[in-house]
Amino acid sequence: MSLNVSNLTVHHGAICAVNQVSIAVPTGTLAAIIGSNGAGKTTLLRALSGLNKPTSGVVNWMGERITGEKPEKLVRMGISHVSEGKSVIPELTVKENLELGAIWRKDGKEMKESLEQVVSIFPRLGERISQRSDTLSGGERQMLAIGRAIMSKPKLLLLDEPSLGLAPLVVEQIFQTIRDLTTQMRLTVLLVEQNAMGALKIADLGIVLNLGKVVAVNHAQALIEDPAVRAAYLGY
Amino acid sequence: MQLLNTLLIGITAGSIYSLMAIAFVLVWRSTRVVNFAQAGMALLSTYFGYEAVSRFGSFWIALPVAMIGGALFAALVELVLMRLLVKHASSGPIAGVAPIIATLGLLGVIKSAITIIWGGQDQRIVAPISNNGFTVNGSTLVFSPLKLFILVVVVILLIILSILFQKTNLGLALRASAHAPEIARLSGIKVDAVRTLGWALAGAAGAVAGLFQTVNGNGNLSPDSSEFSLLLVSGFIAAVIGGLDSLLGAVLGGLFLGIAISFVLMYVSSGLFFIAPFVILLLVLFIRPQGIIGVKVGRRA
Repeated sequence: MSLNVSNLTVHHGAICAVNQVSIAVPTGTLAAIIGSNGAGKTTLLRALSGLNKPTSGVVNWMGERITGEKPEKLVRMGISHVSEGKSVIPELTVKENLELGAIWRKDGKEMKESLEQVVSIFPRLGERISQRSDTLSGGERQMLAIGRAIMSKPKLLLLDEPSLGLAPLVVEQIFQTIRDLTTQMRLTVLLVEQNAMGALKIADLGIVLNLGKVVAVNHAQALIEDPAVRAAYLGY
Repeated sequence: MQLLNTLLIGITAGSIYSLMAIAFVLVWRSTRVVNFAQAGMALLSTYFGYEAVSRFGSFWIALPVAMIGGALFAALVELVLMRLLVKHASSGPIAGVAPIIATLGLLGVIKSAITIIWGGQDQRIVAPISNNGFTVNGSTLVFSPLKLFILVVVVILLIILSILFQKTNLGLALRASAHAPEIARLSGIKVDAVRTLGWALAGAAGAVAGLFQTVNGNGNLSPDSSEFSLLLVSGFIAAVIGGLDSLLGAVLGGLFLGIAISFVLMYVSSGLFFIAPFVILLLVLFIRPQGIIGVKVGRRA
């Protein structure tokens, strides 16, 4: 197991957003986390990347206890978080946004190699490399956000709703890219999605959250076939 | 000739306002606080410079001493005073204005401290270069070797600053932390340290502005100097004209304000010294409320 979360609880003021969540994700697994609005999916990711402080519980990553560590430390341990809503900085160019992902690595040569790698994954970013990123389309911005995360050489990738607000064709493309990256780079990925069907289709593992609690964990394919999950989250 | 003269005086004064505006913008970008103590900090730094002049007898030592002293003091203010206040600023309306009120309080504290240390009377810093105007075709300009020197130094500092911001990793960290602190943290940037650095740079810029404002004026330095009130107001207005968020805007805002004031004083009335900046601010806000460079925030969704 590369990621082990046990009894994690996170509060927003008085509200308990994540309640005693325990999950285990093996290395190289793409895990989809689905659930309705307010299920605690985003808060769970934010607690894992250090943006939110957990109230109690333990997070273990590669055998090390990382509960409550700061994001600037966790990114150095290989945890990259693409937060909700196309997380790019519009005032910076495409290249600067990408360089940002590798800024802590200090090694100029490695940064250049990573930049070439990202451009080969997303050729569109290469074409727009010196444009300001607010000139990009929604799909391109999402590619840029993922590209920035890849620049920091992640082993664990936390993706928060990459499909949000994108056209169906673009969504399909982004999902396929996430699947390919997971396999090629042997990443462990937590993919939070409202688009439950799309996410489960590419995932190995499915985790269903409801009101801050884990209500189902299974192979993604098994969840797709589960009548209760279908009725509640897949809409048929 | 009078036209050129007015323009050059305006550019020189404007370049000093630009530095002050940059100080406001750097602080605003790093902590979202309008620092009303900025002129007080510049005044204190100028006293550091004064102290260096009187100990070592050289203005050339005063400039770096004022800059380093100003930077360290500003960093200290951010670390000790502002960090906690700014962190709690989102917790309510009173906590929200607390950082700004604190800068007003700090202004008072700095002035009292200066009075205690150096006394309330005027101190003098003598410029190392003549402020007697150049003579062209037999007529004497107000534009002087000192003003030329000030202009050159400001331009050099602006070039260094723009290389720092545009070409270095540190600059990228400063910009990322200003625009999107959360993404910056997720990229591994220690945003708290970058904030302190932003204040330090502002302190250094303010120090140069303060020292130049003093020697470009009558050379007198006192805790209640009207030169520094003007510097506070002009620097702030220049920053607002430039959109408050943009370093380039601050420079353009400062130059625009300096030239505009210079022309008003020359061609309208020299009695408008203190009212002119405000009228210019109002005009700009009526015509372009987002500033010259400023971007409408609503677009960022």
